[in-house]
Amino acid sequence: MTRLFNLIAIQDLAREDIDRILDRAQEMEEISKKRSNQLGSRIMACLFFEPSTRTRLSFESAMLRLGGKVLGFADVGVSSAGGKGETLADTIRTVERYADIIVIRHPLDGSARLAAEFSNKPIINAGSGSEEHPTQALLDLYSIRKMKGTIDGMHISLCGDLKYGRTVHSLAMALSKYDVRIRFAAPSQLEMKPAIVNEIIRAGIDVEEVDNMADAVKATDVVYMTRIQKERFPDVNEYNAVKGQFRIRLEEVSLMKPDGIILHPLPRVDELDPAVDATPQARYFDQVEAGVVTRMAILDLILG
Amino acid sequence: MRGSSHSPLVIILAKTDSGKIRIVKIHNGTVIDHIRAGHALDVLQILGISGREENTVTLAMNISSSRIGTKDIVKVEDRFLEDEEVARIALVAPEATINLIKDDQVVRKTRVKLPPTFTNIVRCPNTRCITNKEREPIAPKYQVVSTAPIKIKCLYCWTLLDEREIVERFTMY
Ligand SMILES: [Zn+2]
Repeated sequence: MTRLFNLIAIQDLAREDIDRILDRAQEMEEISKKRSNQLGSRIMACLFFEPSTRTRLSFESAMLRLGGKVLGFADVGVSSAGGKGETLADTIRTVERYADIIVIRHPLDGSARLAAEFSNKPIINAGSGSEEHPTQALLDLYSIRKMKGTIDGMHISLCGDLKYGRTVHSLAMALSKYDVRIRFAAPSQLEMKPAIVNEIIRAGIDVEEVDNMADAVKATDVVYMTRIQKERFPDVNEYNAVKGQFRIRLEEVSLMKPDGIILHPLPRVDELDPAVDATPQARYFDQVEAGVVTRMAILDLILG
Repeated sequence: MRGSSHSPLVIILAKTDSGKIRIVKIHNGTVIDHIRAGHALDVLQILGISGREENTVTLAMNISSSRIGTKDIVKVEDRFLEDEEVARIALVAPEATINLIKDDQVVRKTRVKLPPTFTNIVRCPNTRCITNKEREPIAPKYQVVSTAPIKIKCLYCWTLLDEREIVERFTMY
């Protein structure tokens, strides 16, 4: 097993690498509460070229719990790719002199790979372009393992925007390394890309596709809900119709297995009715906590 | 000198009475033989040969071949292909053979071979790919993920390109 240096894409990891991260995350539960100083001399730079307050705070909280220091910036717009300003390569070659590890979020596909190419310090991809968000996938896996005791053997529904949602792409690829069954539930406009579905089937995973929430939630162990974004629809009426159907309310929860769980990468808008929060199935805020220990594990495996 | 009168592009499509194809022999240059029929123009495109260069270019299409059924041939006078150019030809003509001619003699005969990766051959078709961001000091890199049919993958954004996209994008580069 090679030492973890960069974390760019879930596809770069073998199952044993993922398991090692999840095992370490479990060890971090205790340290997360008590705090430690094991990364006391280390500095983490967070470069957020597009806003994601939660992901950034989660990484910062993880580093602070391990005694490390954090610096960085957020919301520096580069949406006009190729516009004025410094190249990403130059930013990385500068920031690597300030920090021991760089966490990057960037709107362009492949940006984290470029960063890794120009950096002598480890790079963690905190979301690049439309496809990759590996730490989210790892924390989702850890949430499932922690809450259900296992990943192997689970039947998991991935619901909502499966076409553009980057968390579900990374999660589906990560799950395909385990012995699971996957149900994709999306409106026809937002189905999972056939290329990804095929890749998962080729990995030997049993896949089902459904187009409504009632079928999505029945008889599965995990319901992973995602937000459907308005900007994906040219027609606002179409958006409203889909949005109305792809929601979890008490009615849908009543169709779930009693020991099933609902996860969501957050933030949510309307797709999770607040009334659901009080049900035993609602575990999305616990998932946030799982995110911190998973990121502690990644930082510790790379820097420790 | 561009476009001067001694830069003919000769296209021979006809057979002689004996059924043999007569193509002007070249004294110095490169003969690209065993191109899959109908792909000679792709080979020219991939080599950046427009016919407006100085070299004499001879092209024969849809001629019979004992090895691959029908084939195309391209001859380029006074041009010796770099290894990297030979590798590119494999993208559109995987069975091609390359003959280097010096002073009327074949001095080297090689078969094209697809390398595992290519750098800087075409722009990535994904407009959101970091390799398309201006001024970033990187060249697009591709990995060959399938040979029949040919498919290459951008090593930054993992977008897949098939043969049609590769050839199309050569003209755009
Ligand atoms: Zn690309």
